[in-house]
Amino acid sequence: MTQYSQTGTWLDIGPVDQIPQGRARTLPVRGGVEIAVFHTMDNQFYALANQCPHKQGPLSQGIVHGSVVTCPLHNWNISLKTGKALGEDEGCVPTIPLKVEAGRLFLLREAVVPAPAKAAA
Amino acid sequence: MDCQDGIDPVAHEGDGVVTLPVPAREHLVVIGNGMAGCRAVEEILARDGGRYRITILGAEPRVNYNRIMLSPVLAGEKSFDDIVINDAAWYADNAIDLVSGDPAMAINRAAKTVVTRQGRTIGYDKLLIATGSDPFIIPVPGKDLPGVISFRDMDDVDTMLAAAAQGGSAVVIGGGLLGLEAAHGLTLRGMKVTVIHLMDTLMERQLDEAAGWLLKNALEARGQTILTGANTEAILGTDKVEGVRLKDGREIPASLVVMAVGIRPATALAREAGLAVGRGIVVDDHMVTSDPDVLAVGECVEHDGQVYGLVAPLWDMCRSLADGLTERHSGYRGSVTSTKLKVAGLDVFSAGDFSGGEGCEDIVLRDAARGIYKRVVVRDDRVIGAVLYGDTADGGWYFDLLKRGEDIGAIRDMLIFGQAFAAGGGALDPKAAVAALSDDAEVCGCNGVSKGQVVSCIAKGAHSLDAVRATCKASASCGSCTGLVESLLALTLGDEVEAGPKTMCKCTSFTHDDVRREIVAQDMRSIPEVMHKLNWASPEGCASCRPALNYYLLCALPGEYKDDQRSRFVNERLHANIQKDGTYSVVPRMWGGLTNPRELRAIADVVEKYDAPMVKVTGGQRLDIFGIRKEDLPAVWADLNAAGMVSGHAYGKSLRTVKTCVGSQWCRFGTQDSTGLGVRIEQMTWGSWMPHKFKIAASGCPRNCAEATIKDFGVVCVDSGYELHVGGNGGIHVRVTDLLCKVATEQEALDYCAAFIQLYREEARYLERTAPWVARVGVDYVKSRIVEDDAGREALRGRFLFSQQFMQDDPWARRAAGEDADLHQHMAEVRPVEYVA
Repeated sequence: MTQYSQTGTWLDIGPVDQIPQGRARTLPVRGGVEIAVFHTMDNQFYALANQCPHKQGPLSQGIVHGSVVTCPLHNWNISLKTGKALGEDEGCVPTIPLKVEAGRLFLLREAVVPAPAKAAA
Repeated sequence: MDCQDGIDPVAHEGDGVVTLPVPAREHLVVIGNGMAGCRAVEEILARDGGRYRITILGAEPRVNYNRIMLSPVLAGEKSFDDIVINDAAWYADNAIDLVSGDPAMAINRAAKTVVTRQGRTIGYDKLLIATGSDPFIIPVPGKDLPGVISFRDMDDVDTMLAAAAQGGSAVVIGGGLLGLEAAHGLTLRGMKVTVIHLMDTLMERQLDEAAGWLLKNALEARGQTILTGANTEAILGTDKVEGVRLKDGREIPASLVVMAVGIRPATALAREAGLAVGRGIVVDDHMVTSDPDVLAVGECVEHDGQVYGLVAPLWDMCRSLADGLTERHSGYRGSVTSTKLKVAGLDVFSAGDFSGGEGCEDIVLRDAARGIYKRVVVRDDRVIGAVLYGDTADGGWYFDLLKRGEDIGAIRDMLIFGQAFAAGGGALDPKAAVAALSDDAEVCGCNGVSKGQVVSCIAKGAHSLDAVRATCKASASCGSCTGLVESLLALTLGDEVEAGPKTMCKCTSFTHDDVRREIVAQDMRSIPEVMHKLNWASPEGCASCRPALNYYLLCALPGEYKDDQRSRFVNERLHANIQKDGTYSVVPRMWGGLTNPRELRAIADVVEKYDAPMVKVTGGQRLDIFGIRKEDLPAVWADLNAAGMVSGHAYGKSLRTVKTCVGSQWCRFGTQDSTGLGVRIEQMTWGSWMPHKFKIAASGCPRNCAEATIKDFGVVCVDSGYELHVGGNGGIHVRVTDLLCKVATEQEALDYCAAFIQLYREEARYLERTAPWVARVGVDYVKSRIVEDDAGREALRGRFLFSQQFMQDDPWARRAAGEDADLHQHMAEVRPVEYVA
């Protein structure tokens, strides 16, 4: 998986209280992959591509338990920390570096925004 | 106050810069007379007492005191004098000038001076900023009213004591450590206290859900009202505070409001002076800021990206700072923090990372009877986090293991029992430890069963955990001794231990039936309560047990239990069926399969308006609209509601559809009004949650065009009345119904239907359809409850109808009106510059 430097530009995506505990919300990206932002019961925040490595199910709609989300389509368990499928299943979904500062959520821009189309370059 | 050089370094108002003769020693000015500032000075004095001439500026008109002990002062356990760290004599003995009650207002780094509010200008050689942190005040209307305070200094405590002397009610906003301590103190002082907490778990930064739930229960038992998941909208009052209004409209009267929602580093001075400031004032390993002559320490600093709010890291920082200033470079390397505290007399401990996840294993011990919860998080045989509630004696030991990164592989099995047990007698094999127990030793505390009794019960033929539970009752109540009983089985039988019935999931050693029985027997009321009392092995359960527990509680407590949306599968949370592409299908209810032009027009309009790619007639005689995005669902429902249609629950473990044929109204073979009966059954049963989906059909004659004999409940009308069939389904294993009985009137058909559904709701296991359930318990059992026991049937029917009054509330209408909007709306949209054109 791509490693991102933690020193890039941070995108402010709004206050933490937009996501109730134990739930997730979605963040569509023009020209990129939709992101799911999770707020776990023990008050951690994680951002992942909103698609299961199995059949691209929307992970944002799964049940969150601990730091794991269960995909709503076929019950794959995905680690919110690493994006890796747990148990017998194999696969990985991209994670997006996230930080919480002064009650707001920030995502690393380089991980959110797709690289400019090659044709334009 | 005496001044070392015989010169008053504290200028008088309007004096401007005081010119000092070349001092014999460098002048260290400390901004902040709190715990960090004074501790740093103590550390410097201890290393090299004569090195600096020291001036301390304090905002409060007091000597240095222990801010952590404000809670005992509020609670009446200590006086201010008890919590003073350094009295006036200390300042005098060490020739420190204390300027108290006059906060620093500006730093001029070029001139190397500090200006205070009263206009003093003080020159420095080295400046130490120890401004600590400011309470965070939530920006709601009324936040500036008299009677709204924070809990940060002695003035706040004085205000609280004055308010408590008047009696009345107080609201504490914030269920973190500080808020709970304020609430506890005010309760002891006789006020009626309500705690408002935004999150669902009290002290969520220190505690996990289970421990937070225990704490909430204990505080409520002490008379406090705890509102979690509660969002403050406004503070009410005109001249002074009169109450608090929540976003959900509730109003709580109060003559005092304490805001304890958090603190933020006090960085304004440093920022205005042009020092590097992130979340806190940025410092290096020796607490030096971006200006080599300015240092900073305590809660106001940011070191290596971290900001700290506890006292232990602060002490570490002060040591590193003093080492640096006295040229014995050690360097601060960050701190691993632990919290051990008593809240309202309750012991709580947490340390390290307890958020779990990849490669982490939870070792959990719950002792419901003694109110104890322990959780140790282990990764690669190292302790990485711990949460303890009720018994924190081993907190220090776990913290030590954590900090040293010790390999705990050898003591893993006994780790959770604490240091004394794990280290005891070299008995490192848990089986050996069990073998070493005397026959009199109590194994099961709940049921008073000794080891000898368990062994003899095994010898008499109880060769499985379940058999032991059934005979001598060991581990049959709270289950915390399950491991011991399993060890005894293994010791006594070797390999002959029989596997018991399937447990609910990996989180518990109990079966579905056990859990349901205990929920009712012990009157459990929430998912965390069940997990605690039944010793769940995982802190929050999993995607299997959470929905099951939610259903069992919903069934046991109609009208009382608050449905936990987080424990619902996506379809039941979104009230629509998720499809493989992540869109949803929507099925409005059509009673008995009947429809009309108005409904059809509304459906047609929705299909066009939302560009639904497909509409299909379902097997249950409904119309299914495909391809609706989750953001559009509330609007779609509003349109369907407007035409009089409600949710069809085509997505739920619930009553799906009542399929009918046209019956005696039109059909030349029809014997009864099967269509009308179907409509009436559907009106009685819609909205009810069940262990699994539930389908009904009513056929007007034995030709059975509605296929009633492969439904969960089927009615086949005959000339002389109604045949009632149960336990059928299509699907992978088609099962034809069993005939339950025949009744004479339509009302009886309705009554028996209600009773059968309730029996299924109360006794089947979650995700067990009626077909396997009836096959398992036998149709004779069902007959004995529904047909042969008139009073029992009436009671079941009564419970069903009682529950239905809370269930028949269209979830679509609530969503269309804005409930749980976060489930549908995106939080934002990212539009990269190159796409915005």
